[in-house]
Amino acid sequence: METLRDFERDLEEMREYYSHGKTKEASWRKTQLKGLLTLLKEKEGDILNALKQDLGKHQIGILIKTLNLALDSLRGWMSGRKAKLPQIALLTSAEIVPEPLGLVLIISSWNFHFGLSLEPMIVALAAGKTVVLKPSELAPASASLLATATSTYLDNKAVKIIQGGPSVGEQLIQQRWDKIFFTVGSAHVGRIVMSAAVKHLTPVTLELGGKCPAVLDSLSSSWDIKVAVKRIVHGKFGCCAGQACRAIDYILVEKKFTRTMMELMKSMIKEMFGENPKESPSIARIINKQHLLRLKNLLKDPHVDASTVFGGSVDKDNLFIEPTILVDHPLQAEIMTDEIFGPLLPIITPEKIEDSIQFINSKPKALAIYCFTKNKTLQRRMISETSSGSVTFNDTIIQYAADTLPFGGIGGSGFGRYRGKFSFDTFSHEKAVTRRSFLTEFWFRFPPWNNHKFQLLAFTFNYDYLGLVLVILGLKSYRQGLNDI
Amino acid sequence: MVSVEKEMKVFDLEAASSMVKELRDEFLSGKTRSYEWRVTQLKNIIKMSEDREQDIVKALHSDLGKPEFESSIYEISMLKNACTLAIKKLKQWMKPEKVKTSLTSFPSSAEIVSEPLGVVLVISPWNYPFLLSIEPVVGAIAAGNAVVLKPSEIAPATSSLLAKLVGEYLDNSLIRVVEGAVAETSALLEQKWDKIFYTGNSRIGRIVMAAAAKHLTPVLLELGGKCPAVVDSSTNLKVAARRIVAGKWGCNNGQTCVAVDYILTTKDVALKLVDALKHELEGFYGKNQLESKDRSRIVNSNHFARLTKLLDEDKVSGKIVHGGERDKANLKIAPTILLDVPRDSLIMNEEIFGPLLPIFTVEKVENSFDVINSGTKPLAAYLFSDNKKLKEQFVMAVSAGGLLINDTIIHLTVDALPFGGVQESGMGAYHGKFSFDAFSHKKAVLYRSFAGDAPVRYPPYTNGKLKFMKALMSGSILGVICALFGWSKN
Repeated sequence: METLRDFERDLEEMREYYSHGKTKEASWRKTQLKGLLTLLKEKEGDILNALKQDLGKHQIGILIKTLNLALDSLRGWMSGRKAKLPQIALLTSAEIVPEPLGLVLIISSWNFHFGLSLEPMIVALAAGKTVVLKPSELAPASASLLATATSTYLDNKAVKIIQGGPSVGEQLIQQRWDKIFFTVGSAHVGRIVMSAAVKHLTPVTLELGGKCPAVLDSLSSSWDIKVAVKRIVHGKFGCCAGQACRAIDYILVEKKFTRTMMELMKSMIKEMFGENPKESPSIARIINKQHLLRLKNLLKDPHVDASTVFGGSVDKDNLFIEPTILVDHPLQAEIMTDEIFGPLLPIITPEKIEDSIQFINSKPKALAIYCFTKNKTLQRRMISETSSGSVTFNDTIIQYAADTLPFGGIGGSGFGRYRGKFSFDTFSHEKAVTRRSFLTEFWFRFPPWNNHKFQLLAFTFNYDYLGLVLVILGLKSYRQGLNDI
Repeated sequence: MVSVEKEMKVFDLEAASSMVKELRDEFLSGKTRSYEWRVTQLKNIIKMSEDREQDIVKALHSDLGKPEFESSIYEISMLKNACTLAIKKLKQWMKPEKVKTSLTSFPSSAEIVSEPLGVVLVISPWNYPFLLSIEPVVGAIAAGNAVVLKPSEIAPATSSLLAKLVGEYLDNSLIRVVEGAVAETSALLEQKWDKIFYTGNSRIGRIVMAAAAKHLTPVLLELGGKCPAVVDSSTNLKVAARRIVAGKWGCNNGQTCVAVDYILTTKDVALKLVDALKHELEGFYGKNQLESKDRSRIVNSNHFARLTKLLDEDKVSGKIVHGGERDKANLKIAPTILLDVPRDSLIMNEEIFGPLLPIFTVEKVENSFDVINSGTKPLAAYLFSDNKKLKEQFVMAVSAGGLLINDTIIHLTVDALPFGGVQESGMGAYHGKFSFDAFSHKKAVLYRSFAGDAPVRYPPYTNGKLKFMKALMSGSILGVICALFGWSKN
């Protein structure tokens, strides 16, 4: 176990290494990215094993896509862009140059462990940074795999994995970083991280969670209804058994469609997970006993218990909770105040689907809102009258796969964004660079000031070229004169 | 003459909390979402700046002794430009941005929608109390937010004028000014905001960020730093000196976050530079530079004491090569140049924010970059040079909010460039569209179709499905085809 002094020494060495400029070179960055690609290909078996041990989810495909995107786009991302100048700025050029921020701390969550650890790391390396990753201690198999694999495939002086629990995390956030990237979900811990970042004025990106609602409107085609329900079931129970920041937390459906939807859901669950879901290899376990007990307690509330219409059984020894559905439970029950993060699906049944908007707005802002509807008015209202990290129509979760879309929260679900180029920008400082010439001058910029200079400069500032010419020719005056003060 | 005393309402936690609630309710009514509302406010800001220009100039003169020229050009004109740009571009900025979607989410369409954050707090400084109060407010309004502005109590005339003008010209149901000092600012910081925009020093910046952390409020901090100007022997010393003088004493008498704080140059250039600077100073301010009306005064006696302490430090007091005169009663210090100050002097380690210009000499001009990088990252860094290689080295090696080669300050006027710091000089950026973005939430919206629903996505998972999904997620069409046929890609 590393001591505080060990960390501080390691970090000093990493800062020293960064200051030599090696990580800024395009060739270094490409080498790291290719190293990660090789890691994913050669260690695929080990990764899948580790993930199964921890939770059983595959995330390799998205990582490979991000790596390929970073490799293809690196030159473009690194080169910065020219800034347009007004005509009066003769012989002047301006550009925005992306600069690596230096040393970044990535703290990742246990649920999509590989993805949430490596995804930000890939782009941090593409942005030329040195990286310390603290993987979650709740997923030990993948944490230790990450540690050994990265030391083989990446530049050890620039990338370090530090394993450990909350106390290690606490010590790490007190150090001086150039950026902290945090994806562990709870707003409470998000506050602790941001408060620690204050000491060194470290910018943070917080990818937190929230209660992501799915709104199911009436759909006319039976195919559409089937697909919608399938996607909802998948977006809850098929997504790490609901243990994902972007998994569906609860559903809103009009009262009169509840029964139909319920029956469809039950048959979908059977189709996906079999008659006895506990035996199915396609559904994830609960990460540990503590979370299992937390979820069990949510169900224990007698009113909640009474509204359970499907599932509900808990197997403590195997860390398994059956896909569970509740209908019309009391809204002030704990299951409706905190993020569920598990395979319990409450269904709220407003009279009219439009009432969902008010309900969603009564809760803290979520990372994502999912809305199944073909009604263009409802779509427009959903976008403009609610606020969330993102909105996806007619599907769930998949917005993460679109790396042209920023992924991030708002309010209690966090701030900052990543994926694709947004990650690169998150890890870069956009440095404004302007170059002037000695040949052109705005001589009226300099004191001592008089009315004439004043007039010229006022027109210059307003880009009023004609006015400028007229003043110079003595044909126009801006003001009567400087007032004595 | 007896004036009727109005009952002074204390702006405490309760007052702050109920104000925020009022603003939030009004924001939720949707009023700020409309293009018309935003443009009306922006047009009113321009009107306010034009109608009341003389009042603004008077207030700035009262607070800072700021010459009318600086007030009209560097504060009012710059603000009007920001408004004009926002009005011109607002429709475009407000439009959702369509983005490409990939094979993985086919068929689908996607866009990024700019959404106002909600109710935001702007805390502004005393040095450009008009511009640095209203310019961030312009960004907040353009992005459709409700705004509370807390101007600095160290510039009291401008603070009360702002309260009056905002009350008269803008929509008070959504835009407010709260005047006051520590107590009022603390009451405001206890509230839950959707963003806090702070311009000032890093000590208070930390207090603001700590308060924001309690509510997970994102912050934009425009702080300061020691902005260096490196002068190379290849440069045109006359023009460089003129631009340095303009970027130091011509900018609120050095009390500007991006003013040239100190100079780095080689020994052979230093003396020539001092002469050139003296020459330009005389050209600008005449023989009696202490009394010149074309320079702002020091803002108050606290800062006057702080600056004289820097000058009177033993290791530095003998290094004055120009100026040094002071007039305590009128809060004036003459333009002062110091040569060869020691690296460990106070004046080389604290942000000066005043009319003192130390010159620090190095063996080779490239060593300047090490000196700069050994300190905290500044908001701006300047280089005067004709040497192409040195310029490229400068851009690569020096990390600062922004870099300007062969001039000072004016990069702020380019609204296509982000203005902001890095590390100790701040986080986030604004100006132009960057202001709009700073006060917006970029919401990702994905529209999917019910058609084309691939069963491979759903459990029960099989090896075949796994292969297909991996190929699909990694965007490999060949992989997808192979998977469909049950072949391995290798």
